Amino acid sequence: MNILVCISRVPDTATRILVGPDGKTIDTQGIKYVISPYDEYGIEEGLRLKEKNGGTVTAVTVGSEGSTDILRTALAMCVDKAVLIKADTHKDSYFVAKNLAEYAKEINPDIIFMGRQSVDYDSLQMPSMVSEFLGIPSVSVVSKLTIADGKATAERDVEGGKEIVEASLPCIISCQKGLNEPRYPKLPDIMKAKSKPIETREAIQTDEKVTVLGMSIPLKQRAGRILGDGDGDIDELVRLLHEEAKII
Amino acid sequence: MNKILVFLEGQANKLKRSSFEAISAARTLATGAGIPFAGIIINGTKEQVKSVGDYGLSDVVNAKHELMETYSSTAAANVLHQVIQSENADVILFAGNAKGLELAPRVAAKLEAGYIGDCVELEFRDGNIIAKKPVYAGKSQITVKVNSDRKVYSLRPNVFTATKVDGTIAITTKDYAPNLSEDDKKAFVTAMMKNEGKMDVLEADIIVSGGRGIKGTENYNLIENLAAAFGGAVGASRAVVDAGWRPHSEQVGQTGKTVSPTLYVACGISGAVQHLAGMSTSKVIVAINKDKDAPIFKVCDYGIVGDLFAVVPKLTEKVKHITGK
Ligand SMILES: Cc1cc2nc3c(=O)[nH]c(=O)nc-3n(C[C@H](O)[C@H](O)[C@H](O)COP(=O)(O)OP(=O)(O)OC[C@H]3O[C@@H](n4cnc5c(N)ncnc54)[C@H](O)[C@@H]3O)c2cc1C
Ligand SMILES: Nc1ncnc2c1ncn2[C@@H]1O[C@H](COP(=O)(O)O)[C@@H](O)[C@H]1O
Repeated sequence: MNILVCISRVPDTATRILVGPDGKTIDTQGIKYVISPYDEYGIEEGLRLKEKNGGTVTAVTVGSEGSTDILRTALAMCVDKAVLIKADTHKDSYFVAKNLAEYAKEINPDIIFMGRQSVDYDSLQMPSMVSEFLGIPSVSVVSKLTIADGKATAERDVEGGKEIVEASLPCIISCQKGLNEPRYPKLPDIMKAKSKPIETREAIQTDEKVTVLGMSIPLKQRAGRILGDGDGDIDELVRLLHEEAKII
Repeated sequence: MNKILVFLEGQANKLKRSSFEAISAARTLATGAGIPFAGIIINGTKEQVKSVGDYGLSDVVNAKHELMETYSSTAAANVLHQVIQSENADVILFAGNAKGLELAPRVAAKLEAGYIGDCVELEFRDGNIIAKKPVYAGKSQITVKVNSDRKVYSLRPNVFTATKVDGTIAITTKDYAPNLSEDDKKAFVTAMMKNEGKMDVLEADIIVSGGRGIKGTENYNLIENLAAAFGGAVGASRAVVDAGWRPHSEQVGQTGKTVSPTLYVACGISGAVQHLAGMSTSKVIVAINKDKDAPIFKVCDYGIVGDLFAVVPKLTEKVKHITGK
């Protein structure tokens, strides 16, 4: 099987976020970058499919030169090939989607894995957009997957339960926690990954569909009333919920 | 801007509450821009759309096709695309629930339009729509606009208020017959498994969540009882899910669900950033924790510093007293 995994480079989820000098993006000083957590499920699922059916797993990312670090991590997890679609400035999701679709058209994968969301802009759109550009189906937020007889049967999280969705191949699957347990790269593989080639190509340009006007750290004013644990305090909490917040 | 179209989603004999929220958001934008707005429903029933007038929506397009009896995201995107063209609509709103988050970007791609997902604010200003959406797991927020003529948005559920209008408005429903073939159903739902008897955190107005402080699955009845007293749903931190005490479907946070209830009660939860990512837009947050320095107290409206094993049962009784549940 020809398997493509799209990965995105994001600040480590524990990072403190500060607004940068331009007032529109984050201050990148001292930030440690990682593969977006959901994308690791995609890499793992791709590797498992290959181990079962044979084939190749390609990891691709649209990003700056700096994104080679996450491609090295993917190589250390033993994907066969790593591709950087080089774009020096961060553009919008449409730009990334067009570039991913362009690349996918070239290598014609049987299946494409993505993460549920990229935990930077949490744009929540790549799987649907790319699949539309490719004219293939997609299933989002998948926590269980079976591939057989040229089709994918996926379980996906919806309000109040789970939905079973059947999709014809080729298709795009966006991965949710629970799909698998991603492997840790082994030390010898990390060493080997350092000298493996990374294919680099220039991104195609698109017009800007969305523009960020500003970024702020939301400061929702919370009452912040801290009480003790005496009976009187609990009474006071109930009163506040009843009379001040008017919730009960 | 010409016309706003709101995607309406039925559930049994009604519309989902998130659809009413989207209608209200559309109405505010339409009033600001001085343009009309309409609803679009796929295989809707009279019963389902009958209350939209209460929220100020008078025009509904009902796209009917037998192939849509089972839901298909690929086919639904095609149907919407056709209706958008025929209505000459250029602003499309979706509720940002499981279906909307999958469908909205598909429609945007078909239209070659800019899309902003998971909006928490939409405002008509200087001839454009200015949106706000959380980024970096809610640790920051961006103000953003769409440049293309056609614009697609999805709205985080429970954030926009569904507001009724005075009096009743007559509803005109227009049937629309989309062109569809079997080939459009490249992905379709074959079954739905409901979490029996349990309210989902994504649909609850009130959520009571437990953290590692609950110490074991055997104590979770404390959380369940408090949730029942409020008439709410049960949630959990990742520590609790990873320990196998609760199913992943209840996990709130960055790798769980993003919720925005009216009331969120965190019991024995420290308030790690990844947990906050999933609940920080809740209207009111209550924290119960024995450690007065727990980070959750920095983001709560009301906090109780104390042992949850003593506090929660007492609180449950007192809440029951008021709610009668
Ligand atoms: C990539 C990534 C994704 C993650 N995603 C999520 C996610 O989706 N959701 C999530 O929740 N976490 C997530 N986490 C984990 C997160 O970092 C925390 O580890 C987790 O939220 C901690 O859970 P907790 O608050 O229940 O436990 P702890 O941090 O151990 O806190 C337990 C709290 O209980 C209090 N306590 C103990 N006993 C009592 C008592 N008797 N009475 C009252 N209080 C008591 C303690 O004071 C403490 O504050 C993620 C982490 C990573 C790295
Ligand atoms: N720059 C990128 N390069 C490659 N894949 C990406 C990129 N951005 C997002 N993706 C993929 O799309 C998924 C969903 O991202 P998003 O729609 O941006 O939230 C991610 O989990 C990745 O799999």
